[in-house]
This record gives sequence, C-alpha cells and structure tokens, in this order.
Amino acid sequence: MIPEPENPWCPALAPSLMLRHDTVRDRDLLVLPERVVVLEGHAGTVVGLCDGSRTVPGIVGELAERFPDAPVATVVPDFLDRLRQEGWLK
Amino acid sequence: MTGSTDPAPPWALLAELTHACPLHCPYCSNPLELARRASELSGGEWADVLRQAAELGVVHTHLSGGEPLLRPDLEQIVAAAEAAGIYTQLVTSGTGLDEARLAALTTAGLRSVQLSVQHADPRANDRIAGRRSSFAAKERAAALVRRAGLPLGLNVVLHRDNLDAVDALIDLGVDWGVDRIELANTQFYGWGLLNRTALLPTRDQLARARETVERRREQLAGRIDLVWVVPDYFDGVAKPCMGGWGAVSLTVAPDGTVLPCPAAASLPDLQPPNVRDHPLAWIWERSPAFNRFRGTEWMTGPCHGCPRQEEDFGGCRCQAFALTGDAARTDPACALSPDHHLVRELADGGRPEAPPYVYRRPGAVPAGGGFPGPNSGENLPTCSQ
Repeated sequence: MIPEPENPWCPALAPSLMLRHDTVRDRDLLVLPERVVVLEGHAGTVVGLCDGSRTVPGIVGELAERFPDAPVATVVPDFLDRLRQEGWLK
Repeated sequence: MTGSTDPAPPWALLAELTHACPLHCPYCSNPLELARRASELSGGEWADVLRQAAELGVVHTHLSGGEPLLRPDLEQIVAAAEAAGIYTQLVTSGTGLDEARLAALTTAGLRSVQLSVQHADPRANDRIAGRRSSFAAKERAAALVRRAGLPLGLNVVLHRDNLDAVDALIDLGVDWGVDRIELANTQFYGWGLLNRTALLPTRDQLARARETVERRREQLAGRIDLVWVVPDYFDGVAKPCMGGWGAVSLTVAPDGTVLPCPAAASLPDLQPPNVRDHPLAWIWERSPAFNRFRGTEWMTGPCHGCPRQEEDFGGCRCQAFALTGDAARTDPACALSPDHHLVRELADGGRPEAPPYVYRRPGAVPAGGGFPGPNSGENLPTCSQ
C-alpha cells in the first residue's frame, strides 16, 4: 500500500504479540495468545524494525543497506502488509 | 538409550496452579481426584518449573486451574514466566478479578486473558457453573480486561444444555468486545464422562450449531476469531489429541505431577513423574510416562500401518482407556476402530431425560468409585484446548 505522505504508516507490533528469539530452536518467533508463528529467514529482523518509529520506506532503506543483494524493496512492503492484514502489525 | 533421538522440545506448558475453584462445572477438565491445597507447589517451585520449561523450549504458558486467581502469589508466578521469556495467558472464570488485581498482573507481565462462559443467559450460566452471580462476575471481568487493553478470548465448553445458544454466545462475545471465541465441544473424560448422559448432545443440535458457526465466522472474519473444537463421538474421526503424546506440550498439575495431557491422570499405570523428584528435561525426554505413547511404535490394531497415524496419532489415549480399558487401543472415536460401536450407539441412540449434574467438587465422587466398568456403555472424558 502507498502511505499518505502526511501521515505515513509506521508499523508497530500489536501489543498482544511478543517477538522473541528462541535460543533452543535458533529461530525468531511471534508469540500470540493462542499460537506461535515461526519466522523464517530474516523475517524476524524485519519485524524487529517495526517499533512504531520507522516508516515502511525507512524500514526498506535500512534493510537495503544491511542486505544489499536482497530484493527488499519488492518483498518487504508486501510482507508488512500481510502481517497488517493478520492484525499482527498496527 | 542408544539409537534413540531426543524428542523435539515442547512449545507450551499448561500450569494448573490449583484445583480449587469457585465454579463447579460438570465437565471440568481437572481429574476426579482433585489435588489438595496443602500439596500445591509453592510460588518459588513454580518459578523454578517455568525457568526449566523455558530452557527446555517452552515459549507459551496457560496459567490455569481450577481458578488461578485463588493463588495469592499469581503475580510472582506471572513475573517468573515473563522473566524466563514465556508468554503468559490467564485462564479464568472471572470470579475474583478486580481492577487492582488485573493491574498487578499486567505489571507483572501478563499478556492475555481467556475467560470461560457457560451460557449466554445469566441464569443458565450460573446453573451450569453451579454458582450464583458467576455470570455477572464474568461480565465485569471482560470489561476490565478490555479496558486494560489485553487481548481477550472467550472459552465456552459446549454440550446438550448450551449448543442451542451458540448464536447468542457469539453475540455475547461481540458485545463484550472479545478477540476470539473458542467453542469447544465437551470431551468425555473425568467429570465430563461422569456427566455424559446429561451433557451428550444430539446430532441435530450439533449440525445446527455447526451451521451457525460457519455463518457467523464469515460475518465476523477479520474481527473475531471463531474456533470450533469438534465433538468426540459424532464424526467417525479421531482427534489428533494434544498434537501427539509428549509432542507439543506438557501439563503440570498443582502438586507438581507432570502429564502429557490434563486428562492423563486417569490412566492407572502411567506413574507420572513429579517436578519435585526430577528435572523437567528428564521428565520430557526420558521419563517412561512421556515415552509411553510417543511416536507410532506402540500402536495396535488399525492404527498399525495406518496412513493417518502421523495425522491423528491414534487419537486420544485417555478416551481409549475410558471406553475400552486399554489405553493402547485405537481411539474408539475412529470409524476404523473395532470398538467404534461404543461411540456410535451413544451418538445415534435416544436421549434419556437428562439426569441432574454431578457438580465438580472435592469428594463428589467416592474414591475408586463413580464409574461403571469399561464397555458398560455408561460414561467417561478428553484433552481440551
């Protein structure tokens, strides 16, 4: 989605969710009231940037610097949108 | 144990903090023989259990009972879970929750609340719960949780006396602003089995309720998560009980007994281990009780070699025991089970006038009594949630 320039979406994790690194399984997890979602690849890093202070282009920019060879500009906004539709990002 | 590999770590722990409860629901998932308060683990012991659980891989805990609010040290237990990195959900009847208590729990790190409701009609609710004014307490508790901004789920155990009220129960959830409604058909072990004649619904009731849930689910999509936990006796399919024995989660009873599911205390020769005697890692990985029905090698009868054995794990061990006297048999709920007639006859048989409930109370069932023998066609319960 294209954010309104005056009021851009700054994704933040819904308060009922917990993002954590699981040291036993070496995976990033989203823990919800009734379920656990295992985040694959760098998804945990992306969600970790959703602290309500960064816009979507801001998140994409930071990730592009850290992962210059990854298609972050196309993949990340879609991923964030999906999480928003699930109600996991506000 | 040469050649054996460690089981995958558990994800979740059901903490039955006490068996004491202000409610007396006739389908309670606690065992018939309720743990005495004097035998309960201390807050410090619970904190240690939760630390060990986190090290083992547990990331989620249901703090349940009985009524967990009856533990004055619940806040410390929540804080211990939070410090260990475990997500906490309080499973409560709502009785005893006030603003100060909820604030203390939230400060300690409580993440979400699941509230039980017995019926959408206050009088029917209180009759099933066996306690006056329990509906009013639930209504107040729901409003408090909403105001505190915590996610709230309703949990309704369904049976003959409330299946026709499913639509109204969903309306209630909408009114109370919940995020999730779990409509869980009664599982017939323990108290549920004892009260089976009073609780067993008709096929028509179930069909109507199922249609209602499908209609409302479409209508509420994106707003409220509607979960329907299938009934046991009616579909000819065994449920994948607990996601497999010792596969996903463990239950710690008030006195520290550790079980693969809350109903497993009913299995007579299981000899479940206790956290007072063994480390939790040994209990999960090595104890005979947790390895008893792990994997598929123990399977007998039609389960042996069945293509569904990795999907339903042979169904429920407690149900197999309750209905046949042998916990290693195929769950009679499965149409392939040689014992399937036991549930078919019940599902399709006539419905006698419902006897009064045997309310869940300490001492309601004489020790060693209460049940007719296996195969007599009368009464027994399952693993919920």
